Amino acid sequence: MLKLPIYLDHNATTPMDPRVLEAMIPYFTENFGNAASRNHSFGWHAEEAVDYAREQVAKLIGADPKEIIFTSGATEGDNLAIKGVYEMYASKGNHIITCTTEHKAVLDTCKHLEKAGAEVTYLEVQPDGLIDLKELEAAMRPTTILVAIMYANNEIGVIQPVNEIAAIAKKHGALFFTDGVQAVGKIPVDVIADGIDIMAFTAHKMYGPKGVGALYVRRKNPRVKVTAQMDGGGHERGMRSGTLNVPGIVGFGKAAEIARTDMEADTARISKLRDKLENALKQIDESYVNGNPAHRLPHVSNISFKYVEGEGLMMGFNKDIALSSGSACTSASLEPSYVLKALGLGDDLAHSSLRFGLGRYTTEEQIDFTIKAVTETVLKLREMSPLWEMFKEGVDIDAIQWAHH
Amino acid sequence: MAYSDKVIDHYSNPKNVGTLDKASKSVGTGLVGAPECGDVMRLQIQVDEATGIITDAKFKTFGCGSAIASSSLATEWLKGKSVDEAVKIDNMDLVEELNLPPVKIHCSVLAEDAIKSAINDYRVKNGLAELVFEEKGVH
Repeated sequence: MLKLPIYLDHNATTPMDPRVLEAMIPYFTENFGNAASRNHSFGWHAEEAVDYAREQVAKLIGADPKEIIFTSGATEGDNLAIKGVYEMYASKGNHIITCTTEHKAVLDTCKHLEKAGAEVTYLEVQPDGLIDLKELEAAMRPTTILVAIMYANNEIGVIQPVNEIAAIAKKHGALFFTDGVQAVGKIPVDVIADGIDIMAFTAHKMYGPKGVGALYVRRKNPRVKVTAQMDGGGHERGMRSGTLNVPGIVGFGKAAEIARTDMEADTARISKLRDKLENALKQIDESYVNGNPAHRLPHVSNISFKYVEGEGLMMGFNKDIALSSGSACTSASLEPSYVLKALGLGDDLAHSSLRFGLGRYTTEEQIDFTIKAVTETVLKLREMSPLWEMFKEGVDIDAIQWAHH
Repeated sequence: MAYSDKVIDHYSNPKNVGTLDKASKSVGTGLVGAPECGDVMRLQIQVDEATGIITDAKFKTFGCGSAIASSSLATEWLKGKSVDEAVKIDNMDLVEELNLPPVKIHCSVLAEDAIKSAINDYRVKNGLAELVFEEKGVH
């Protein structure tokens, strides 16, 4: 029996794996100690649990446990990495390179630093969502201290060429930071092989709890340091003060372990379902897949259905299917997704997009239901769309003088 | 944000979707909005030239559920009204009837604009002066 509603918004967050919850429960009640309490067994138990989780998390990304700094999540990690590097390496330079499709936690942090005197280059992306390495190379300056480019994009799932980016940064003596939120736990990420110096990621995107994340900070070749952004007890090697969220960290560890052991099987199954969904929806006239299909997360598909508006489209099935649209039709923001616009998509296509994010518990039955519901709604709304009628009559919609409001 | 039952009803069973002959002298067409803003409405009225009564109204809308519902409801209200009465339809009446939240008020403004634009199209076709309306503000 198909149970509704269906959740296809795994880029936003994931349900917690029951195995993760089970691992966490004792750390709320009997093992409630503060990991920083050095004088009694409650503290020792908590510290032991944190150490174990630190190993589990480190192993997922090929790091040393000492290189893992626990945070409250990736927004904190992004802030700590970028602001921390900017302050720590101020004597070396003030130039940061990032790109226009980064998450707001990166973009707004960079904007904040610009007010404080930083110079920031925002690289454009190519129509497939990837940055142009030649442009990165050309943007490097003697004062460049940081290159901040995400591993995989949250809206379209494209995977940036991190290896090549790391090499360019290294050649010019800059550090390479990557927001690994969408990639870690979904595809193999190895900080050594990938040449990553700093990386933020979070538990709740990999079937772990919300409110806990990690910042990988390289300790060798080179040894990287970031200036703490919160003052206090000097936890996490002085880089992030604050009592550790022990149950959350235990859950993060377990989630990382499961992600590592189950990744291959999960990816094989989920990418097959994603492809089935995408291939079926591509059959609809005037539908376009956004982002480079060859360099993309296995569970993501972002599709524009031209001449229908995304929010109106979702309304056709959102009591049964949960997903996201690149369109926002509110008086606060009539702007469609800045990521899709950065790909060079017209506003009409950006307004017409849906993001499908599949996950560990997605079934074929759910995908079949989704294909049917989305297809029917697109066709129904096109019958109601003046733009579709014009398109069918051969009217050039772009040539019309629309009244901008 | 949850939609009201009335919005859902108009979205699921829209009234008067369709196209009238825009070349006809008795038809007024209003096309408002813009694709880049995420909503485009086309509203058409068929007017009985002898009586000035709107005998039919049709719409097609590219937009969110509230935009579709606003235009669907507007066509319902237009039918049977005289052109002079139709001019008086206010966007806030649509907001009230559909329980639109503040962030969706622009959808009702667009529907009002579409009505007025259709009426003016009809007037111009029939040798009457365009009516001048005051701006409803940014939507």
